[in-house]
Amino acid sequence: MNTAPPVHLLHWRGRVYGVAGLIILLAAVAAFATTVGSVSIPFLTICSILFSKLPLIEVAPQWASTLETIVIDIRLPRVILAGLVGAALAAAGATYQGLFRNPLADPYLIGVAQGAALGAVIGFLLPPGWHELRFGIIPLLAFTGALLSTAVVYMLARVGKTLPVTTLILAGVALGALLASIVSYLIISSGEKIHGIMFWLMGSFSMSQWSEAIVILPYVLVGLIVLLLYARSLNLMQLDEEQAQQLGINVERLKLVLLGAATLITAAAVSFVGIIGFVGIIIPHAVRLLWGADHRFLLPLSILTGAIFLILADVVARTVLAPTEIPIGVITALFGAPFFLYLLRRRKRVIF
Amino acid sequence: MISIEMHNVSHGYGGKAVLSDINLRVRPGEMVGLIGPNGCGKSTVIRAFSRIIPPFSGRILVDGRNITKLPRPEMARLIGVVPQLPILPSAFTAFEIVLMGRNPHLGFLQYEGPKEIAIAWEAMERTGTELLAERRVSELSGGEIQGLLIARVLAQETKAILLDEPTANLDIGRQIEILDLIGKLCSEGNLAVLAALHDLNLAAQYCDRLVLLHQGRIYAEGSPWEVITSGNIAEVYGAESCVYSHPVNGLPCVLLKAGNGRLPGRSDTHNRGIEAG
Repeated sequence: MNTAPPVHLLHWRGRVYGVAGLIILLAAVAAFATTVGSVSIPFLTICSILFSKLPLIEVAPQWASTLETIVIDIRLPRVILAGLVGAALAAAGATYQGLFRNPLADPYLIGVAQGAALGAVIGFLLPPGWHELRFGIIPLLAFTGALLSTAVVYMLARVGKTLPVTTLILAGVALGALLASIVSYLIISSGEKIHGIMFWLMGSFSMSQWSEAIVILPYVLVGLIVLLLYARSLNLMQLDEEQAQQLGINVERLKLVLLGAATLITAAAVSFVGIIGFVGIIIPHAVRLLWGADHRFLLPLSILTGAIFLILADVVARTVLAPTEIPIGVITALFGAPFFLYLLRRRKRVIF
Repeated sequence: MISIEMHNVSHGYGGKAVLSDINLRVRPGEMVGLIGPNGCGKSTVIRAFSRIIPPFSGRILVDGRNITKLPRPEMARLIGVVPQLPILPSAFTAFEIVLMGRNPHLGFLQYEGPKEIAIAWEAMERTGTELLAERRVSELSGGEIQGLLIARVLAQETKAILLDEPTANLDIGRQIEILDLIGKLCSEGNLAVLAALHDLNLAAQYCDRLVLLHQGRIYAEGSPWEVITSGNIAEVYGAESCVYSHPVNGLPCVLLKAGNGRLPGRSDTHNRGIEAG
């Protein structure tokens, strides 16, 4: 009796190293991604340009101002947007999987994507006069569509004061199918706009600007902070709901908060860059394989991994067939799936 | 030190009542056994006390306070529950599961520190589950999981403990170990303990008082000798039995008679309920 409690049991050290390592890797990947493009700019020049923009650091400019424009106004917002979207989708995926206790859950499970798609397609089909708003009508309609469809799913799934998870998933899948069929109908009747719509649906960062990165930043930041704050509660939700309640969790309120936050960041992410698949379902599983299922680490590690993954995928998407861009959804699955399958075969233990 | 009480409670699922007019009280330092056949409402009593579903009518009091007014974390600091055959997330380690018992004691922004880890570890040592600490839940047997759940409720450090069939998956040695431990906790910590038990002999050996449920109502209540009679057993379970005095401690023991099951002539055997012992 009374041996010393083994603190190592929580495996915190490996996970903390993982977080630290991924932060460094994220910075390196982001810097690398700004070097890749049609104009080749030396890595050191890029770093000098980036450092010169940081407060309190004075770097005498020794580069052409066009280079600065390319790095700061074209490549950097794109890299930041890709990172934000990757982080948002991976965190939302991890949250939905945890909340629904379902390994097949992804950020689009309860109608967010189909709602966004319908909104966006309507935006594409509106007469040209509508497209002169500041951020474009398409992101606005996509965001509205995403939130509306999730709200409808939520109301349909409520039973009295509770929100049974199974009902929520079924309502989401059913409403999603309904919206998807409307989207399909609109697409085939869209005439020459079909190319733009298809490209949007598969996701792309080709329209990235600072204004977009700045608009989605607060949504994603607030949403991610909320998710991280509730990480311990999400661990307890891995028990059944009854046990979670008996251990002091207000389950219905938790569902509402987590669904709200995860839906908000997903909607913000997809409304500007389209429906990027695969990140939200696979990144959390890959993180689980490597670092375990504790959400206090699963969430931050997923956020970092998702950001890194999507930045790299975007680099591939814009360079492989340059100057033509490949939709990023194609790249995420093409490169992500084999890597994930490798992880899956290497670790043959229960991960979920 | 707290009591848990039910006053005229009716409870059920959907519109269908499972419990009617239950009056029940468990005092500090008292171990009460809840017995009765399958479907009589034992588990529902446990779930009602932990406010999984609100009662149709009546009041459920913990420490004199109506539980509908208690916030969840506070409830979880007062009452701990050991559920029956629960689903545990297979990717977590045994230690992580036990540590979850500390959740109601942690603030919103708090993480488990050395104190929480020490409490969880001590709970595992007391239940003899410390060797499982690093194992994943998916690798554990039913009995090992049961031990883990007891460890978790110990780590929760509550003033009352509800147990739903705590010995259902255990061999006889472990059954005695676990019930000895619960009995010790109950008397030393002055805890109010309510345990739903299938095994009438174990219930009689360990509980100060027994409550026999039949079709959602309290059929009999009192000391083991008052409740465990072959008449009650025949009436409620439809099984014929002899009740003897335990040769060492004088508590009632039930021996069943083979060949007198209730099926298929249900009403038939019912009438043949024989007084014995």
